[in-house]
Amino acid sequence: MNIRSILSSRWAVLGGFALGAILLMGVAPAVLSDFRLGLLGKYLCFAMVAVGIGLAWGRGGMLVLGQGVFFGLGAYLMAMHLKLADAPASTGVPDFMALISSDGVPWWWEPFRSGAVTLIAIVVIPAVVAIVLGLATFHRRVRGAYFAILSQALAAAFAIWLIGNPRSTGGSTGLNNFKGFFGFSLRDPANRLMLYLIAAGALLAMIAIARQLMVSRYGELLVACRDAEERVRFLGYNPATIKTAAYTVAAVMAGIAGALFVPIVGIISPNDVGIVPSIGLLIGVAIGGRTTLLGPVLGAIAVAWAETSLSEQFPSGWTYLQGLLFMLVVAFLPGGLASLAPTLRDWRKHRRSDTAAGQPGVAAVPEGSA
Amino acid sequence: MLAVGLLSACGARVDDSSASAGGEGTSCVDTSGPSVKIGFLNSRSGTMAISENTVYNSLKLAADQINAAGGVLGKQLTVVAEDGASEPTIFAEKAEKLIRSDCVAAVFGGWTSSSRKAMLPVFESNNALLFYPVQYEGLESSRNIFYTGATTNQQIVPALDYLKEKGVKSLFLVGSDYVFPQTANKIIKAYAEANGIEIKGEEYAPLGHTDFATIVAKVRDADADAVFNTLNGDSNVAFFKEYKNLGLTPEAMPVISVSIAEEEVGGIGVDNIAGQLVAWNYYQTIDTPTNKKFVEDFKAAYGESKVTSDPMEAAYTSLFLWKGMVEKAQSFAVNDVLAAADGVSFEAPEGTVTVNGENHHIAKTALIGKIGQDGLIYTEWSSGKPIEPDPYLKTYPWATGLSG
Repeated sequence: MNIRSILSSRWAVLGGFALGAILLMGVAPAVLSDFRLGLLGKYLCFAMVAVGIGLAWGRGGMLVLGQGVFFGLGAYLMAMHLKLADAPASTGVPDFMALISSDGVPWWWEPFRSGAVTLIAIVVIPAVVAIVLGLATFHRRVRGAYFAILSQALAAAFAIWLIGNPRSTGGSTGLNNFKGFFGFSLRDPANRLMLYLIAAGALLAMIAIARQLMVSRYGELLVACRDAEERVRFLGYNPATIKTAAYTVAAVMAGIAGALFVPIVGIISPNDVGIVPSIGLLIGVAIGGRTTLLGPVLGAIAVAWAETSLSEQFPSGWTYLQGLLFMLVVAFLPGGLASLAPTLRDWRKHRRSDTAAGQPGVAAVPEGSA
Repeated sequence: MLAVGLLSACGARVDDSSASAGGEGTSCVDTSGPSVKIGFLNSRSGTMAISENTVYNSLKLAADQINAAGGVLGKQLTVVAEDGASEPTIFAEKAEKLIRSDCVAAVFGGWTSSSRKAMLPVFESNNALLFYPVQYEGLESSRNIFYTGATTNQQIVPALDYLKEKGVKSLFLVGSDYVFPQTANKIIKAYAEANGIEIKGEEYAPLGHTDFATIVAKVRDADADAVFNTLNGDSNVAFFKEYKNLGLTPEAMPVISVSIAEEEVGGIGVDNIAGQLVAWNYYQTIDTPTNKKFVEDFKAAYGESKVTSDPMEAAYTSLFLWKGMVEKAQSFAVNDVLAAADGVSFEAPEGTVTVNGENHHIAKTALIGKIGQDGLIYTEWSSGKPIEPDPYLKTYPWATGLSG
């Protein structure tokens, strides 16, 4: 049995998930401080969006430049519910609204007083938006750069709308200062740990769903759409439906990620949902390796982690270093970090064959130069 | 679902009174060594970097001067600097990092109201200290924040008093579309109604908006006695260029601005804005020995071409006020500092400032300034003495109902 078939066997997959679960849910809470664990929770939310982007972009070839919209929908829906739940029982008006207007709660906030409605909306609203948008564009065969521009414009419009309606959305400050999460105090470290574990569980579940989709017949069709859409159409399939399905799954994943981001991070603002964060999410996926299952996840976590630690080390010039890192990865590992192992393997093989051919000089190249 | 079940097993409920005490109050600040850590949290990248870097510089100057003079309670200050990246979310994250991971005794920084509102719950839930150095829209008074910039009754209300004194009977309001201009205009409208001033128009532009042809045309056609400008950032450049372009002059229709200081005048272009009015509590031209020394020290540290502005001065002052509170309390502990805060005063470049222990703002003198041809701002009118801070405008009968 060769290595490839061992890796793809059912037991290896289960083992991989078990290892991931142990690392995320056992080791991380044990070794990280409360504060760092909260940060890891935030990275996991980005990783959830990345799983969806990996599916839509890596497998489906749709350059989704506006995932911030779905992330933001989930986040704002959750934030609205938390703000309403925190509001004083006497007036029922959240603190920030009372500060700048005396008009009371807008009508479209009212349904989200209910926790159940909110949880359903977090899944349904991003899904409906993605289905409508997906069918409308893919049926008209809008592809490539045009689809990318469209999704990006949507992200820009969403952020501008949020900023322009401070009375109902908190404007550029966004929504923050949440005291409870479905009745549980967010100040209690035990509850924060639970939120982290929920995020870790959600991420593992999303990876499992993405894997099932990738190895299924549907996954094959999706890749076929990416590589030769016209042929798929000739074979009698409708590429629009196939692509819309992947786009919708990605949107729902982003929505759930946003909803978990809110209680974990404690704030959502237009800065977290517009064009820049949408592209930021994409960068993580590109760096990790968009066509693989785990590449996007690891890439998103690595980019977010690098951003935090670089800005802590070099508060005045970290953005340059971050840019440099991106350039290095794109220049030397176009397939992303997930291609690091195969690249190294090729390089070793190459070196071994070179050595065998009697060129010891090549082997003397220091590791660091690679 | 399993996780939710677990949650109910061990987590504290919102209404559980012990929950609010759990997990905080246990400060990790280490004061046993020869030094003590403080945090500077300013946007060093992003759109606000150009403004907030100047605040960082003056904070750094204050820390260096305090260290050179022997530190605070005999301990040298070690600065931990973080980048807020012009994003509220990052401000909240970095504030938490400074408090819980670096264990700083106090944090200095923030600029936009968004950044302050994002940080407020972090400081309250960890019972830590934030010194916020920028004028803002008031209607806030956190136990854990000291506001060393002006609140509305020390900037906007005096500006309105000045305009009224000058015989202004009608105003046009122009502002950026976010919380500061909106709240400021709410206050201005209440004042106008009580004082018989007509509001001829109210226009908002999104932050960063740079096409002011329509808005300035409306301003011209409304023909008000003066314009009250609460635009922020780049928008001011476009606004004043267009204003001059349409032939409007400071003599015919003066613009009074509350977000334009020495630093911004250069960016707007002196030609476009000379002769217009601003309202602050500090100008580089203040003629006192304390200010002369501050300006000299600042130029010596950062270059002869640098200017000093109100937020920079308020940031510089905030570090000395914290030092005063710590020395009065003889302790770095947050609760001791809070208890000692009332009445702490400092001979600042703007004049004597005194901390109000009840609302955590400081008494400051209001100054209306006129922008000169050299790009500096010269005092045109002064309130004469420090004005007690009143963030909720409780002592102003016309303002009842604003804070509700």
